Amino acid sequence: MLRDAWLIASKDLRVEWSSKVLTGQVLPFGVLVLILFGFGISPDRRVVEAPERAVLEQVAPGLFWMAVLLSALLALGRSFAIESVDGNLDALKLTGLDPAGIFLGKGLAVWLELVALEVVLGAGAFLLYGAPLGHPGLLAVTVAATTTSVAAAGTLYAALASGLRVRDTLVPLLVLPVLAPVLLGATLATEAALFGPAGDGWPWAGFLGAFALLYLGAGILSFGPLLEET
Amino acid sequence: MLGVLSAVGVAALLLFGLILSPPDVAQADSVRLFYIHVPSAIVGLYLAFGVTCLGSIIHLRNGSVFWDLLAGAAAEIGVVFAGFTLVTGMLWGRPTWGVYWQWDPRLTSTSLSFLLFLGYLAVRRLDLDPAVRSKRAAILGIIGFLNLIIVRQSVQWWRSLHQGSTLNPVDAQIDGLMLFSFFLGLIALTSVFFWLLLHRFRVAWMEHQIEAASVTTALAARRSEAADYDGLAGNT
Repeated sequence: MLRDAWLIASKDLRVEWSSKVLTGQVLPFGVLVLILFGFGISPDRRVVEAPERAVLEQVAPGLFWMAVLLSALLALGRSFAIESVDGNLDALKLTGLDPAGIFLGKGLAVWLELVALEVVLGAGAFLLYGAPLGHPGLLAVTVAATTTSVAAAGTLYAALASGLRVRDTLVPLLVLPVLAPVLLGATLATEAALFGPAGDGWPWAGFLGAFALLYLGAGILSFGPLLEET
Repeated sequence: MLGVLSAVGVAALLLFGLILSPPDVAQADSVRLFYIHVPSAIVGLYLAFGVTCLGSIIHLRNGSVFWDLLAGAAAEIGVVFAGFTLVTGMLWGRPTWGVYWQWDPRLTSTSLSFLLFLGYLAVRRLDLDPAVRSKRAAILGIIGFLNLIIVRQSVQWWRSLHQGSTLNPVDAQIDGLMLFSFFLGLIALTSVFFWLLLHRFRVAWMEHQIEAASVTTALAARRSEAADYDGLAGNT
């Protein structure tokens, strides 16, 4: 299963590497979203209770994760768009690879892509919104758990909508309500990691970890029936 | 039978909810919304989507068309009840909180659950091979119900960390007649749910039969054509 997963993941990453869609389109899109949030929430606006702080700085964690989530939708769509041309999905079934391995492989590729995206967007959010970093350890755990949640749940739902003409519009409708608790947890944990106290963030990091494990399990169990159909 | 029970139940609910039960000390007449708001939330979110989850599990196990159609019918009605819950909740919020929308944990999580199952219905409407569609919908139905619970818990937790629990309408000093009206509402709306479910399922089942029948008819027509052709070929 893990060997199959690695085969699929390295294939997806090679496709990404040669097509440059992720670096050329998805990444600039994420940066654009970060800048547009700055327009939506005026950079001059101050927090009422603490006038020395900008509103933009205070809400930076939520905006960062929103930008990641919106970019992730594109990355997920891309992950299955490359399978739907030239009957690739049928070819994938014919390879005889373990369906659970295919799920993990596609999820792993998305995970690595998202981490790369988060590093750039995180640096962008740091530059644009200016926020201190109080607890790097909590932040690292939060990023890892959130990314796993997004990659696992996203891959499962993107596969559910794969091969459909309405895929592009269906995936956001399916994935976003599911990832709403993840956005909530990630924002609160990141807020705690940036502004402290860290004790407020750890329960949410735990919640994110549990969510990630649940969706990894759901994906491993359901990818078989999902691929065997027709 | 179930229809009559539903009609009587709703009529009795109107009588008790609007006329016989007393107005609340703090909330005056707006408390009457709760006799439909809370039952429709329970029926829509837990009963209806629970039936969807159960139907999806059974469909995945043995491919039963019956349970697949039942799961779909329950989800459709559940979405209607969830929408109804949101509307009555907002109508209650206006006189009580002064605004239509408060980021109350239950209101927030109900709106997310509503959207979650709209996605499920979107998958059910896809133009796909019925067997494939049913399988995908069943997987979604199961995960959707699990996710509904996660959403509710996380939102509850989120708000409770920030503020105390929103004022609880069903507290200990509830008037006997009010409590009765509430349970009456629960029974009446449960009956309405099963009545609607029965009819929605019947329509879905008949649609399925027609689809199956038309394929059989078309097959028979093609076979007889082929037989005619063979007959002609034999004559020449």
